Amino acid sequence: MAAQPTPEEKQEALFQTWLSPKDAQGNDLPFQSPQAAQQYKERITRIKDAIQLKKRPDRVPVVIAPSFFPVFNAGMTPHDVMYDYDKLAVAFKKFALDFGADAHIGATAPGPGRAYEIMDYKLYSWPGHGVAPEHSYQCNEGEYMKADEYDALIQDPSGYFLSTYLPRVFGALGPLQMLPFLPGILEIYGVAINFIPFGIPPVQAALKALMEAGGEALKWIGTLGAIDGELASQGYPEFWGGFTKAPFDTLGDTLRGTKGIMLDIYRQPDKLLEALEALTPLMIKLGVGAARATGKPIIFIPLHKGADGFLSEEQYEKFYWPTLRKVMLGLIEEGCVPNPAAEGGYNSRLSVIKDLPKGKTLWLFDATDMAKAKAATGDTACIMGNVPSSMLNLGTPKEVKDYAKKLIDVAGKGGGFILSNGAFFDQAKAENVKAVVEAAQEYGAYK
Amino acid sequence: MSKKLVSAIADMREEEALKLVRKMLSEGTTPIAILDAAREAMGIVGERYEKGTYFLPELIMAGEMLTQITAIIKPELAKMPEVKRHGKVLIGTVKGDIHDIGKNIVSFMLDVNGFEVRDLGVDVAPQKFVEAIRDFRPQVIGLSGFLTLAFDAMKETIAAIKAAGLRDGVKIMIGGGQISEQIKDYAGADAYGRDAMAGVTLAKKWLGDK
Repeated sequence: MAAQPTPEEKQEALFQTWLSPKDAQGNDLPFQSPQAAQQYKERITRIKDAIQLKKRPDRVPVVIAPSFFPVFNAGMTPHDVMYDYDKLAVAFKKFALDFGADAHIGATAPGPGRAYEIMDYKLYSWPGHGVAPEHSYQCNEGEYMKADEYDALIQDPSGYFLSTYLPRVFGALGPLQMLPFLPGILEIYGVAINFIPFGIPPVQAALKALMEAGGEALKWIGTLGAIDGELASQGYPEFWGGFTKAPFDTLGDTLRGTKGIMLDIYRQPDKLLEALEALTPLMIKLGVGAARATGKPIIFIPLHKGADGFLSEEQYEKFYWPTLRKVMLGLIEEGCVPNPAAEGGYNSRLSVIKDLPKGKTLWLFDATDMAKAKAATGDTACIMGNVPSSMLNLGTPKEVKDYAKKLIDVAGKGGGFILSNGAFFDQAKAENVKAVVEAAQEYGAYK
Repeated sequence: MSKKLVSAIADMREEEALKLVRKMLSEGTTPIAILDAAREAMGIVGERYEKGTYFLPELIMAGEMLTQITAIIKPELAKMPEVKRHGKVLIGTVKGDIHDIGKNIVSFMLDVNGFEVRDLGVDVAPQKFVEAIRDFRPQVIGLSGFLTLAFDAMKETIAAIKAAGLRDGVKIMIGGGQISEQIKDYAGADAYGRDAMAGVTLAKKWLGDK
């Protein structure tokens, strides 16, 4: 039997697939010029060197991670791009090309509005559906998983999603509550009985809605693929290979909700811990599967409820960090680069989160002290951040450059740093966003 | 027994607290005395939050216990006791933004610090703030927002308050996610508060409380 590849080899292999982009048919993607081919390679190599901490990159890489800014920058509304994929393509291509950061984050974020409509998606309000056309979508927090459903989730997470959670968050999937227990399809006796629900008209209507929404999603992903392919052919790599979540946020954001999970810490801590463990392999699978499908190693992990002020240090170390760390180690084991994005402040967590293998992680910080972050995690992880949204919106290019230069001096020392904004943003002055990229080009070179 | 109730609530022993409330009621303690104990416990919770020993789980648990206790004693309670309050604060998340975690913490902390708080909820249109000012007559207004779109919504809200001729009578503080000192100037607010305690400190300062 051949030796299993090590995590290092797997990571290297994923960087290699990222470096060799393919077209929709799986053939090598032709670049538009030899220069574009070279730039594509240089940009990824710059990011890779920053992450691996083996050698300093040629200069500090720069990445801009906005939410709807590319849309406003193109003079469009979020509603426009959620319903007209040609507009989506125009806005996000313009963003990548106008600002010229080392990687773009793709155009996945807006999502296909019509698919959500078909499914009667209740978890979010989106432009034209609960929020104004010129606003971004927002989550409708709620208790989509009830306090007494922990055992159901723990025993069969996928089954729970299919027949309990999905019917609650999609109006059109209500009838999926009637689905059979699929492990009952074991031998010939169990077959026909378990097909019966699929013959019932409401279940068939739900399946029809799924097919229709699937068709819409397929149209949408076709546009996204074309955008990414075209940008890659011009030398601009897409940054993320997929996403996953910290198990505590998986439960706390969209299942139990903030109030529910915070109460569970007191009311049923053991069940909560058990559920976090049960979700951990699923969250690993989510990230690893995405990285394999896209051939890109960096897996985005937006962090929410472990920020400064949300939990005590003791609660963070008991409920939040252990399973997040397991998810990150699981990703690393398979060659992925976890990219946890610590929204809000993470100052009180720095001494805890450094407990990770060297050169495998990319931390994105928002309102965290970057000097302290560098001091605490700099010898194990690459850090990324943190030009504030308010400065991008209301500051001047000079202010932005001064701030970025300071970041480069402090956090960029010796490598292991990617310059970026701190939090997702919608509104900003284009010249300020440009100033972030220019700062990396002007002050970021390592001698 | 009311001392026991105070510590049961303040130390997050929910079951014990509820049991005690029922026992005290059955043994003749007045609903008002129970509410006073609950309020004293809330004050302790607020202090511990301020000191950084309590966080979101404790604030939410405390709020939950208070709701349950109020429900238990409500049938016994002819009327809620009048409490002396420092002043009135009107609070809400600005138009277009539906985030409420931070705002709820600020509401809670203002309440336990003796302010009368009216919380307008989320996605509050400028005109709704204006109407509530006329009706509620607050001295302090707190505008909350998590998204960058809140920058403009805060500016519009303050402009609407000004246009209604109500700006001079009130102090306005802002806070939340991406809000900063810079946004304070942009929106035309009087102050920016980094966290819930900063909000309480501002309200106290403006209302002349030591």
